[in-house]
Amino acid sequence: MIGGLFIYNHKGEVLISRVYRDDIGKTWNPSYTSPPSPSHWNHMRNAVDAFRVNVIHARQQVRSPVTNIARTSFFHVKRSNIWLAAVTKQNVNAAMVFEFLYKMCDVMTAYFGKISEENIKNNFVLIYELLDEILDFGYPQNSETGALKTFITQQGIKGQTKEEQSQITSQVTGQIGWRREGIKYRRNELFLDVLESVNLLMSPQGQVLSAHVSGRVVMKSYLSGMPECKFGMNDKIVIDKQGKGGASDDAGKSGKQSIAIDDCTFHQCVRLSKFDSERSISFIPPDGEYELMRYRTTKDIILPFRVIPLVREVGRTKLEVKVVIKSNFKPSLLAQKIEVRIPTPLNTSGVQVICMKGKAKYKASENAIVWKIKRMAGMKESQISAEIELLPTNDKKKWARPPISMNFEVPFAPSGLKVRYLKVFESKLNYSDHDVIKWVRYIGRSGIYETRC
Amino acid sequence: MQEWANQLCENRQFGSKMTDSKYFTTTKKGEIFELKAELNSDKKEKKKEAVKKVIASMTVGKDVSALFPDVVNCMQTDNLELKKLVYLYLMNYAKSQPDMAIMAVNTFVKDCEDPNPLIRALAVRTMGCIRVDKITEYLCEPLRKCLKDEDPYVRKTAAVCVAKLHDINAQLVEDQGFLDTLKDLISDSNPMVVANAVAALSEIAESHPNSNLLDLNPQTINKLLTALNECTEWGQIFILDCLANYTPRDDRESQSICERVTPRLSHANSAVVLSAVKVLMKFMEMLPKDLDYYGTLLKKLAPPLVTLLSAEPELQYVALRNINLIVQRRPEILKHEMKVFFVKYNDPIYVKLEKLDIMIRLASQANIAQVLAELKEYATEVDVDFVRKAVRAIGRCAIKVEQSAERCVSTLLDLIQTKVNYVVQEAIVVIKDIFRKYPNKYESVIATLCENLDSLDEPEARAAMIWIVGEYAERIDNADELLESFLEGFHDESTQVQLQLLTAIVKLFLKKPTETQELVQQVLSLATQDSDNPDLRDRGYIYWRLLSTDPVAAKEVVLAEKPLISEETDLIEPTLLEELICHIGTLASVYHKPPSAFVEGSRGVQHKRLPGSAGSGESVESPDTGSAAGVSEAPPAVIPSQGDLLGDLLNLDLTPPTTTGPPPPSSGMQMGAMDLLGGGLDSLMGDESEPLGGDLGGSPAMGAGFGAPPAAMPASFTAPVSGGLDDLFDLGGGVGMPMGAYSPPKTVWLPAMKAKGLEISGTFARRAGVIQMEMTLTNKAMSVMTDFAIQFNRNSFGLAPAGPLQVLTPLSPNQSIEVTLPLNTVGPVMKMEPLNNLQVAVKNNIDVFYFSCQYPISMLFVEDGKMERQVFLATWKDIPNDNESQFQIKDCHLNSDAASNKLQGSNIFTIAKRTVEGQDMLYQSMKLTNGIWVLAELRVQAGNPNYTISLKCRAPEVSQCVFQSYEAVLKN
Repeated sequence: MIGGLFIYNHKGEVLISRVYRDDIGKTWNPSYTSPPSPSHWNHMRNAVDAFRVNVIHARQQVRSPVTNIARTSFFHVKRSNIWLAAVTKQNVNAAMVFEFLYKMCDVMTAYFGKISEENIKNNFVLIYELLDEILDFGYPQNSETGALKTFITQQGIKGQTKEEQSQITSQVTGQIGWRREGIKYRRNELFLDVLESVNLLMSPQGQVLSAHVSGRVVMKSYLSGMPECKFGMNDKIVIDKQGKGGASDDAGKSGKQSIAIDDCTFHQCVRLSKFDSERSISFIPPDGEYELMRYRTTKDIILPFRVIPLVREVGRTKLEVKVVIKSNFKPSLLAQKIEVRIPTPLNTSGVQVICMKGKAKYKASENAIVWKIKRMAGMKESQISAEIELLPTNDKKKWARPPISMNFEVPFAPSGLKVRYLKVFESKLNYSDHDVIKWVRYIGRSGIYETRC
Repeated sequence: MQEWANQLCENRQFGSKMTDSKYFTTTKKGEIFELKAELNSDKKEKKKEAVKKVIASMTVGKDVSALFPDVVNCMQTDNLELKKLVYLYLMNYAKSQPDMAIMAVNTFVKDCEDPNPLIRALAVRTMGCIRVDKITEYLCEPLRKCLKDEDPYVRKTAAVCVAKLHDINAQLVEDQGFLDTLKDLISDSNPMVVANAVAALSEIAESHPNSNLLDLNPQTINKLLTALNECTEWGQIFILDCLANYTPRDDRESQSICERVTPRLSHANSAVVLSAVKVLMKFMEMLPKDLDYYGTLLKKLAPPLVTLLSAEPELQYVALRNINLIVQRRPEILKHEMKVFFVKYNDPIYVKLEKLDIMIRLASQANIAQVLAELKEYATEVDVDFVRKAVRAIGRCAIKVEQSAERCVSTLLDLIQTKVNYVVQEAIVVIKDIFRKYPNKYESVIATLCENLDSLDEPEARAAMIWIVGEYAERIDNADELLESFLEGFHDESTQVQLQLLTAIVKLFLKKPTETQELVQQVLSLATQDSDNPDLRDRGYIYWRLLSTDPVAAKEVVLAEKPLISEETDLIEPTLLEELICHIGTLASVYHKPPSAFVEGSRGVQHKRLPGSAGSGESVESPDTGSAAGVSEAPPAVIPSQGDLLGDLLNLDLTPPTTTGPPPPSSGMQMGAMDLLGGGLDSLMGDESEPLGGDLGGSPAMGAGFGAPPAAMPASFTAPVSGGLDDLFDLGGGVGMPMGAYSPPKTVWLPAMKAKGLEISGTFARRAGVIQMEMTLTNKAMSVMTDFAIQFNRNSFGLAPAGPLQVLTPLSPNQSIEVTLPLNTVGPVMKMEPLNNLQVAVKNNIDVFYFSCQYPISMLFVEDGKMERQVFLATWKDIPNDNESQFQIKDCHLNSDAASNKLQGSNIFTIAKRTVEGQDMLYQSMKLTNGIWVLAELRVQAGNPNYTISLKCRAPEVSQCVFQSYEAVLKN
């Protein structure tokens, strides 16, 4: 299991160090100047230093998120310029260690916002307290912020009665560790966001090399009590099943609109065995914001934009680039925040750009022409052309021609996913499904949306 | 209670106004002194501030151990935050101040009784972290109470504490009976307690490999599966990892567990998904392949694996390393998912490299066009490692998918035209492999390659280029000039290049001897005289000797046809792969190494294995081990290189040898053939002064056609024959009655200790003209053994199994089985030391084991070994006296007739008998399966128990073995 957890700043100085197991200390790093001391604390410092020297200060780019130094394994993730490293000497579950590090980041963010050196220093006592709670002997324990906030707080806990204490412990260890009892709202409200990122890799000839949508259903629930929720969408499997069983006229209509989901994963509140057997999504939601599910589709994706590149090398010192973008959705909808990024060679000396719509600029520091359009309706087309002057070089290496990438935001789900219902049942309290105010929103964003040129 | 909480509340507010970061700044000289004063302050607030400063100093690496007594004094507080800080300090320094640490014990013990469950848990949690013996003693009682606490939060903390205590003092944990209490917690009503108990037990069990601590049985499994649905994501991981160690009783149990685990594949936590994949991959082994559910399960595995690729990059990396294993074990799962492994421009480099690996593994005729287009794209990227790997991948595609070879070669040529140095070098290395896979097909590109000779600066590329020049020397007009240019800087080259250059020039010489004599002499003297590298010198000497002794033989050796190279060169070895599949999700699967390679001590050293398949007799159907039990497999496309004896043993293709061997040798005597078995090469390699054993005769060292195929095998040959009957015949000793050949008693060949519980004892016998290997296989392990197969290494007489090893039923623990394996002598030949040594490899579902044994040479005496008298006399004279050896057989009390009878049972025939001065002289002959005749004179004097025997043979090496057989036959 995890033997220790360290947090470093960008210089490699230790901000937080927590050792769970004795074995990790025995890494002896020759670059550490003082002699090894028998004390536990000094042992650990060797591991701390080994990571700094071999990873943070390494000259080469990090070649692996898992590093083995002197039979000690270091797992690291980076958040802005902060390094989080988990250390072990055993054959741990590697996937679990990374999941834990991400979770640790989530928990810290939930407590004090952005993960920065300043915030970590300001909250170091709190972080130690959290680390004591969510990792025991290197085994991750309940790390749901909802539960943690009931007894690890920055503002201190108000009076705790015996009942409250046992409520805390039963929540931390219980089956529904993500929600506490006795939540009350005057207005029961639900916000449901379907957030999709559409990914594309297209060949210069316009052939789709790969395309997929990775989507998330994010919920904000402000519901009283312990409500039981049921979520339904136009999942092809569910709709086909219903179509077979009942109303035939409905089946034909909805069958067309249903989507094939390649795979989906759920927040731990969702009853997985029920999904496996009946494909219904039922759960008791956490309070506040959380991610209900993630999914992935590859079939019948609506590609909101098509990019048509044309690059011509005129002699050795000039490039001509022409890029056409076409929007491919209902004319009544508006795409926003459109940005096309056309890479330029490193030896570019000057660029002239002409575009029909929006603004385009050559950004020398980014080696790219950035073309921005605020809004664009569906079924429209726009074009940019540029002349790139090049400095003659002796460099034998050819320019790699990175792909043209695009960013945008559209008010629909490119996968075609539709929310069919979200039902709320709370038998003990006097509100029904109809009393809950529900909001649904679809946002499609570009993920990695690239066209090779 | 109310009071401390309020206080805490106030303190926190104070803390939040003046942020904690200030504690990091103080670096004054008298700091320790000041802190000491503050720690002893009356004001609670000041105390806490001071402890915070101490912790901050500790974090940045300052030694604040001097403050130990002062900090411990602050422990007795009802302020929870302060308490936690002091505990943190204690955990770090208690070990260096064990005597002081004892001061804390009282508070710990008291806290373990606190009405607040959070404090009880905190105390027991912290106490377990203090690795001081004196404190550990006091821990037992509170721990015992906490394990039975009414509050689940305390119980789940106590469960982990047992593992902590075990790490400090394993004996104590056992003596105190904590393990039993921990086992009871598996039935706890709270899922998190169950999960932590499972985690703790799994860890403890790892350091007691044989303790059966977890005692997994269908009841506990059921409890775990129930808890799986209810506990936290982390708990689910602990439980799944533990489940993976269970071996279901049969395929039905296996299926029912799989059914209950599959829903986990939809969990948001990638580690839960991977651990579930591990359980499924393992238990799938037990499902019959024709079961519908098996197919369903395969289909269910693909989507979650693909989904893992949309996780954060670090997790993608872990997932990709595991997918690499999974596609090797079960390529069918992801065969249609090639596209998801296409590299994205801004993937981190470690993700890119892994994706590339998997792309090659999934490449097939159906998707090769797409793959190649991608690879070509990657070869123009910036990262050198990645580009190299992409170029190499193109070569691997050419070798793997024959239809694409041409396109790959032209792509590689395009890349060579770019003149980017490392691309060119990498391309040349892979083109060499393509030449070896498709000889005489793409040599037209050699000209292009030669143009780039000067730009090669890496040893591997230079060596590859030199190999190409040497191999195709006859087609390259200026091959000698090219090689000569390399020779100039011979001593500056790496060994790899030097060796290659040596071989290439020798090849060149053999192809164009007239123009290159000088060159070859130059390289031979450079290699043998001026080099201090033993490999280089040895190779140089071998060539030199070979060339000067017999150029024809040299040609046959050096220019021998090379075996084709294998499709997949970098597959993980099957037994390691099986072990790694059992470690999916863990570091072992990331490193692709067994845990024992990177974990110290006893932990994780046990090797895990996949369970054997049940139900249908058919075994694993993936290609790597495909022929395990196959009876009529096609011979493998890859020929192990000759003389590579280790490779031969490792590459257990286990194809049953064909019974239609070469034609039997003509009746003419083939004496002296023994030398051909390898004497030629031996003498080349041996000391110069050693006389050549026999006439090399210009024939290749490998004598393939010596063995006579066995006579038609009687149908009953596999029936176990008891040794007792033979003895009866022996005693009877009637003249003319065919007597069974002598067969030594069984001895243990492979002790169970060396073979993971498989014990093999055995002997050899010749029955009705058939050589048989009679074995007793005993399973001394805990698990069932199946899929037995056997293979011999090449040996002196070409002994080889005449059929597969017939073990029809799985071998249960503690069961023994008698097996008789008929042998023939048409296998590959290599001289062994001692001559009758036989190296055997036996494979079962667990592993491959090797042992060697010696067979009595009398087994090889054929039935028609009786020589005509006249021929005998002539031959006796004809064989030089140097070839005669004399031996004494002591303590033998048979008369000459009895001896003669006995020997005849073993196909040693008496041709004539003379009696001179009371001494019986028996003239005897015998013929070995490879046609070698052995002539003997046995002198028996009445009353003298010592016989004298003279043996004459054109291959005197066999005499020693023949003598041993005489001795064995006569004395038994």
